[in-house]
Amino acid sequence: MGMDFQVVVLAGGTSKKLLPLVSKEVPKALLPVANRPVLSYVLELLEQSNLKDLIVVVEGEYAALLVGGWISSTYVDRLHVEVAAVPEDVGTTGALRAIAHHLTANDILVVSGDLICDVPPGAVAAAHRRHDAVVTAMLCSAPISGPSESGSSSGKDKAKKPGRHNVIGLDPTKQFLLHIAAGAEVEKDIRIQKSILRAVGEMEIRADLMDAHFYAFKRSVLQEVLNQKETFQSLKQDVLPYLVRSQLRSELLLNGAQAEENGNEKDASQNNKIKLSQLLSNASTPSFHERYALGLKGSASVSRKTHKCCVYIASKSKYCARLNSIQAFSDINRDVTGDASHLSGYSFSAQNNIIHPSAVLGSKTTVGPQCMLGEGSQMGDKCSVKRSVIGRHCRIGSNVKVVNSVVMNHVTIGDGCSIQGSVICSNVQLQERVVLRDCQVGASFVVTSGSEYKGESLARKEKQ
Amino acid sequence: MCNWPPTTNKKVGGPSVEVQKERSASLKPLREKTSKAERRALQEAQRAAKAEGSKAPVATSGVLSTNAAPAKATKAPSQKKDSSPGAASERRGGGDRPPDKERKKDVPHPRMQFDDKSRVEKAKKRSVVKQTEARNRVELFRHLPQYEHGTRLPELESKFFQLDPVHPAVYKAGLRYLAGDISGGNARCIAMLEAFQESIKDYSTPPEKALIRDLTAKINCYVSFLIECRPLSISMGNAIRFLKTRIVKLPLTLSESEAKATLLSDIDRFINEKIILADKVIVRHAVTKIRDGDVLLTYGSSSAVEMICLHAHDIGKQFRVVVVDSRPKLEGRLLLHRLVRKGITCTYTHINAVSYIMHEVNRVFLGASSVLSNGTVYSRVGTACVAMVAHQFHVPVLICCEAYKFYERVQLDSICSNELGDPDAISKVPGRKEINYLDDWANRENLQLLNLM
Repeated sequence: MGMDFQVVVLAGGTSKKLLPLVSKEVPKALLPVANRPVLSYVLELLEQSNLKDLIVVVEGEYAALLVGGWISSTYVDRLHVEVAAVPEDVGTTGALRAIAHHLTANDILVVSGDLICDVPPGAVAAAHRRHDAVVTAMLCSAPISGPSESGSSSGKDKAKKPGRHNVIGLDPTKQFLLHIAAGAEVEKDIRIQKSILRAVGEMEIRADLMDAHFYAFKRSVLQEVLNQKETFQSLKQDVLPYLVRSQLRSELLLNGAQAEENGNEKDASQNNKIKLSQLLSNASTPSFHERYALGLKGSASVSRKTHKCCVYIASKSKYCARLNSIQAFSDINRDVTGDASHLSGYSFSAQNNIIHPSAVLGSKTTVGPQCMLGEGSQMGDKCSVKRSVIGRHCRIGSNVKVVNSVVMNHVTIGDGCSIQGSVICSNVQLQERVVLRDCQVGASFVVTSGSEYKGESLARKEKQ
Repeated sequence: MCNWPPTTNKKVGGPSVEVQKERSASLKPLREKTSKAERRALQEAQRAAKAEGSKAPVATSGVLSTNAAPAKATKAPSQKKDSSPGAASERRGGGDRPPDKERKKDVPHPRMQFDDKSRVEKAKKRSVVKQTEARNRVELFRHLPQYEHGTRLPELESKFFQLDPVHPAVYKAGLRYLAGDISGGNARCIAMLEAFQESIKDYSTPPEKALIRDLTAKINCYVSFLIECRPLSISMGNAIRFLKTRIVKLPLTLSESEAKATLLSDIDRFINEKIILADKVIVRHAVTKIRDGDVLLTYGSSSAVEMICLHAHDIGKQFRVVVVDSRPKLEGRLLLHRLVRKGITCTYTHINAVSYIMHEVNRVFLGASSVLSNGTVYSRVGTACVAMVAHQFHVPVLICCEAYKFYERVQLDSICSNELGDPDAISKVPGRKEINYLDDWANRENLQLLNLM
């Protein structure tokens, strides 16, 4: 391929955090956001950047079949995708180990399949190449979670609090990654490498940036780490912190190692090469890695091997979010129909909503701004839809109020229902006068008439 | 039905457009019937028009005449087309396009005059990287390109995967130039040549194409990409010319791998002979000019001067160095670090103070980006200032410049060719955030910042 990059999309499987939205029939990758499977956002982004040869890794054989089927039907001529199935719960590193033999290019772009963003992948790749880095991570501002209006009358006000996702240490030029801590470690103390701090002089610690799970790796390094460190399970939690921690005492075999050997055979060509590399290195401001590698005296006798971990910070105007929780699911749906509507790929009507031409609206039914109504859906009279996404072929009765919710395909909603802040999966049947508030209803569930649920997760028991 | 390039509507007058449209609409079926004579007449017309057009920008230096000449030249071919009956061009816009149309693969003239709006428009359409021109430009330097600094890097980055014709090594070199990661005539030339070596190694001739022509076209493509990242230095220009003559002189009987190997060894030889060996000779000669107890002065960071100082120190001469530096690049600091690390006694000062320190100095060593054929030295901004002060104090000035940087151009003043950098760099002082008086300089109409590099 042109620029010697290969793309791997980690589409996950049936994530436990998203139950009951995901099920055997609907793996996480095919979960609809604004009536499009979430994987389609990643694929569109890559297609726009002319990256047409992809490897999509899915956990679970059945899920892989479903994903593969959807991809080949939708992207038949536009992309060349190879779907690989890996056993469940192997973690991201296991997924990469499984497809290791397919990786041939110089650099690998690893994208998480649940990422929705409009940052061009070329920017990350360019930063990676410019510094000859071993890994480059994309960081974006942490999203603000919670409904933008606290319209729900629940007593607990969901304040707009940016979730604490990562603690990230950057160098003053904001190009290199000095420290990354994620998940549970964030709550406790942070341990920082003194050698790194001493070498760089000044480190900026940010808590408002989020790791977008969009990495560029040097293939040889990635394969070396995966082969040597058998216990590493996750890219984000194990591999990336390991590479960042060891950047100044690198144990990796990099081809074209930075340290020159002070051998005794100094023939003319060797001398010339040394002069050349000195000329080139003198011309540019050395990064703290190079300064550290040369040591205090500047002689190559104390040669320490270093590698670079770069970072690309997405600008604030770009949208970037990951679908990794139910709250995130609602937020992203709201964002894609609202602020980040350019991502959805649809064109909005005059009232700032998308209503499919084949949808039928009853009399006195209002559909507010930032809503979506899918193909073939029918709504009864006197309904009101506010800030919600309704899928295809839904049958909604009269006097139904849908606020701040996501309704997927083939859903039947009886008369007089009121749905607020909930997610209703496909093929669900809600009988009359059901009141749902902040609930998640799994696929094919039947909610009996007159019931009221608040903050619950209703799912059909799997008949296994 | 027909596609009219937008420039046509600007240049050609109304009535001729109508006439053209009618004729071309009706002429579509008649195309096969053009006789040989008519086609030859059309070719002559186009050739003549092209000759006129290409003469125009080179001959004149004034703004108005340059603007008028291409306009006149475009009128000419359209009128000639009116007169030659039944001759429709093969490609729709062929004759109507301004005669100095350059095909995508041609390298644009490196010293394009940027005050000619038409050529700037055309260059923008052809360019790989979209660049927005800066506001508030100084009138005296309007003939030089100046772009909004902040937009170039993100634009280039977002197009990373769509720039198919550009080899990744060349792309990396271009990025480094654009970001300012690498600067200095020798280093840029070497980085570029090494990138070309990589691309030649990965090159394979497409079927039914001659290696020489295709490779030359590819190199032209890379060069125009590099020019868009940062204008070429004279050393780079000479190296490119060398490479192209070597490619053209390749014997046709060589196989592809032999040809590639020859080219790679030629490039290696160029670097070894013209840069490394030349530097050795310069150092050996210049060291004889340094006596014990001397005080040397140097400006900025020149690789040749650095080598001289290090070698003189190695052979045991006792001397002291004054490093003169200037904002905003502050290149002298890196030189200072390297010299001090080797144990040479150094003094560091700013160009403001050069007349205060010159009375202590015995010799001035300066590096050069190029030496022109009338003896003019072309170098970093500020070098002339240092040389003139030295002259006043009767201190000898020695210029250290490798021969491959010599150029046959003649420059009569110091305004006609320069490189304009980012004006924001001079309005900010790194490390002193409280100095923000010039923060909104762009909004003041009477204030124009000029960063000459």
